[in-house]
Amino acid sequence: MLSYDLAVIGGGPAGMAAALKAREEGIEKIIILERADTLGGILEQCIHTGFGLHYFGEELSGPEYAGRFIKQVYDTDIEVKTDTMVLDISKDNVVTACNNVDGLITIKATAIVLAMGCRERPRGALSIAGSRASGIMTAGTAQKYVNINGYMPGKTVVILGSGDIGLIMARRMTLEGAKVKAVCELMPYSGGLTRNIVQCLEDFGIPLRLSCTVVKTHGKERLEGVTVANVDENLKPIPGTEEYIPCDTLMLSVGLIPENELSKNAGIELDRITNGPSVDEYRETLHKGVFACGNVLQVHDLVDYVTQESQIAGEGAAKYIKGEKKTGEYVKTQGENGVRYIVPQRINRETDKDVKLYFRVGKVFKNVRLSVKCGDEVIMSRNKKKMTPGEMENILIKLDTIKSLPSGSTITVTVEEA
Amino acid sequence: MKYDVAVIGGGVVGALICKELSKYDVKIALVEKCNDVAMGTTKANSAIVHGGFDAMPGTLKAKLNVEGTRIMPSLCGDLNVPYRNNGSLVLAFSDEEVEHIKVLYDRGVKNGVPDLEIISKEKVKELEPNVSDEVKAALLSNSAGIVCPYELTIAAAEVAVTNGVEFIRNCEVKAISEQGGVYELETSTGKIEARYVINAAGNHSDEIAAMIGDDSIELVARKGEYYLLDKSYGSLANHTIFQCPNKMGKGVLVTPTVDGNILIGPSASDENEKDNTDTTPEGLEFVLSKAFKSVPSINIRGAITSFAGVRAHPVTDDFIIGYSDKSDRFINCAGIESPGLSAAPAIARYVESLLIEKLSPEIKKDYAATRKAPVRFRHMNEQQRRELIKKNPAYGRIICRCETITEGEILDAIHAPAGARDVDGVKRRTRAGMGRCQGGFCSSKVVEILAKELGKDMNEITKFGGNSKIIFERTK
Ligand SMILES: Cc1cc2nc3c(=O)[nH]c(=O)nc-3n(C[C@H](O)[C@H](O)[C@H](O)COP(=O)(O)OP(=O)(O)OC[C@H]3O[C@@H](n4cnc5c(N)ncnc54)[C@H](O)[C@@H]3O)c2cc1C
Ligand SMILES: Cc1cc2nc3c(=O)[nH]c(=O)nc-3n(C[C@H](O)[C@H](O)[C@H](O)COP(=O)(O)OP(=O)(O)OC[C@H]3O[C@@H](n4cnc5c(N)ncnc54)[C@H](O)[C@@H]3O)c2cc1C
Repeated sequence: MLSYDLAVIGGGPAGMAAALKAREEGIEKIIILERADTLGGILEQCIHTGFGLHYFGEELSGPEYAGRFIKQVYDTDIEVKTDTMVLDISKDNVVTACNNVDGLITIKATAIVLAMGCRERPRGALSIAGSRASGIMTAGTAQKYVNINGYMPGKTVVILGSGDIGLIMARRMTLEGAKVKAVCELMPYSGGLTRNIVQCLEDFGIPLRLSCTVVKTHGKERLEGVTVANVDENLKPIPGTEEYIPCDTLMLSVGLIPENELSKNAGIELDRITNGPSVDEYRETLHKGVFACGNVLQVHDLVDYVTQESQIAGEGAAKYIKGEKKTGEYVKTQGENGVRYIVPQRINRETDKDVKLYFRVGKVFKNVRLSVKCGDEVIMSRNKKKMTPGEMENILIKLDTIKSLPSGSTITVTVEEA
Repeated sequence: MKYDVAVIGGGVVGALICKELSKYDVKIALVEKCNDVAMGTTKANSAIVHGGFDAMPGTLKAKLNVEGTRIMPSLCGDLNVPYRNNGSLVLAFSDEEVEHIKVLYDRGVKNGVPDLEIISKEKVKELEPNVSDEVKAALLSNSAGIVCPYELTIAAAEVAVTNGVEFIRNCEVKAISEQGGVYELETSTGKIEARYVINAAGNHSDEIAAMIGDDSIELVARKGEYYLLDKSYGSLANHTIFQCPNKMGKGVLVTPTVDGNILIGPSASDENEKDNTDTTPEGLEFVLSKAFKSVPSINIRGAITSFAGVRAHPVTDDFIIGYSDKSDRFINCAGIESPGLSAAPAIARYVESLLIEKLSPEIKKDYAATRKAPVRFRHMNEQQRRELIKKNPAYGRIICRCETITEGEILDAIHAPAGARDVDGVKRRTRAGMGRCQGGFCSSKVVEILAKELGKDMNEITKFGGNSKIIFERTK
């Protein structure tokens, strides 16, 4: 069995940032395990720009953003094993992985950072009626065919779901000469970033149909078309609004699910809403010495926040490895009135820094007041012009405030009329 | 090419017939219109090995079902195909239905079904705690089981091909003529000559029979739709749970699959089109509403996919197996609706006996009746995995993360006798792409591997043959 201070599972932006931060904090024996053949995670296939505006103050492509971190990782003595799949994490922090060079490896690690990212929801989860033709794929799979393999996955395209990957692919396919006929979104609002709607759809004249879904796929072998229909407020298709759109490809961009099979098998408690582990302010899960960051913790839309979050986890892991004990009591966090969840789920009252609470709202809000409360007491509040489900929000809680919270209390983030 | 026997149709029936016949010194072709075996009804059904109490005493259906179910465990052992003797329950929700299961019990006894029992509500709840409290009693059939229908077919085809049967894919029989005691099959890929023809063309067996002027077979295409639930719901049911049958079939069931998922379905609707396996909102809605009646805690959020299959329902309500009235060298296996999968091992032996009477062939000395167990990385312990990867590093590269399928297993599937030629073929043989992400992660890698191993360009690889292209030309 190999032995390390820190084992990082997943070499995307999250894993790399956590490993680098821990290194900076003086942790020596670190290993990153990545199942793809390179570091970089999902960014490797995101060749569009729009990464790093917050973190680097410049607009980079996905591989450029990842590239900066990859270089830093290789400039240190952090060990990297690519093409290596982690199969299991045991209750006592033993990681089992395999690849075709070392075979099966087991690693005993003092601390573990989970950074496995997320996966796309498949068609089955939607149970769209119709044929089982080829040409129905997730937007991420299509992106891989175009950007990594260099092949066109289709010529005439309908996209279901207005998540960011779908929006980005609408533009990508158009630039490659395909005809994107429509982006259909079940909800009355888009799940993607506003800037992507403008730059990827509006600039190319691609219609975004809100409150609309695909009710049937047609074609025996390759897809030949889809039937779309409008939906009512209960999201049920409205009879009589069906329309047939000929197309050879249906791309799905209907949500991302944190990749937590390993976490679940290790018995790590997950949050019902985020589907990621429940963590404290240093992103430590309820399983001692196991930390989580990036899309495996909560689905992010901006990689810059992934990097920030992962640095926090890296720092937390370093403290743990150095044997710093957490003595204080925890206060819980929760969302209310349309605030769907809060990460972190709990905060140690004796923590040493300000804490940012990250969250998403469940519907579009305009001109509202965002408040953080402890019991009936308003700790702080801020006016918000607009909040949408597609954009992750955050709000900072000062260290003084945290220290003054009564023990056993819960802080609630809520939306109120302005 | 000239053969002694041409078997038309690579479903479970055709493949098992080929396996049985491959022990003799005869030249056999398995002729299949699709790019793989198990592409018809065999790939989309409930996968139940029925006890055998549904069919009327004296019918071929009854006889071959009971016999097939008896042979199935040892056959699956020989072929290393997943089979589980989980037993089945027919639930009765009213006094009328309690009477009905008694009728089924008596019929089962007449058919020779072993180990049938009528059990009380308490016993039902003990065996299946998730069954509805409304249940009054149930018929327990201890000999019933579940099997993987496509793996059974694939394994049978592998054994057949290993023993010399030629598997001819993408070969649709379009017409049949006869000259001097030899049939000439006109197919989409050329002419095939055979002295004997076995018609195992599933939903199209009526058309194949008609090609020699036998118009006696009348089939109705009856569609059934299903939901498949994620493995995390696998503990919802242990037995196969039926409701009381009706005139359209055995009703909606809730059953585990051999892979640990839960299957619910089928609906039953008569179709004009034989190959229409489209799912419909009504069909799926129906399945769900009926399944709730048996197991109220079913949660549709667990659905990872839905699909449909089409049965070839014979208007005579019984299997049509035997020499055609028009020829003593042409055997029909038609109208093989449910319990056709259960009966298939017995159908194959029956057809074997019919043919042997006439051909009286020698048995091959080197006949290999078994299939070696395919490598299943996911079922191995640490030590086994370690040794496996040492022997062949390709088993150290995981391609499908949801089901933990290695590159080595995919290579095996492609290079096996009658091996995989497309993405769905790899999926059925290895389970790559069958997990919760449904191939979102691995399908492009599977396409790459197929292209490399088959010496093709990536854009020539299909999902399931024909025009089911996955990608087009190169990007700009
Ligand atoms: C298509 C797309 C477009 C985006 N567009 C933008 C944008 O324009 N601007 C922006 O700022 N952000 C964008 N984002 C968001 C941002 O890039 C992601 O949130 C970020 O990449 C997430 O980083 P991560 O490290 O958590 O996950 P990932 O990048 O997914 O990395 C996780 C890594 O873990 C590995 N892994 C998983 N399981 C295992 C295992 N068992 N063993 C070993 N390794 C494993 C994976 O192979 C992967 O490399 C986009 C995201 C996507 C998907
Ligand atoms: C919804 C449903 C549920 C079922 N559940 C069960 C169950 O639980 N238990 C059970 O025992 N049975 C069940 N059955 C029945 C069982 O699936 C069938 O009896 C069995 O699969 C029939 O196999 P087959 O080989 O006859 O037909 P198929 O599998 O349809 O094979 C016929 C083959 O012939 C090929 N073919 C057709 N025409 C031509 C041509 N012109 N040239 C060349 N090839 C051709 C087709 O491509 C196909 O591969 C169910 C059926 C359905 C539809």
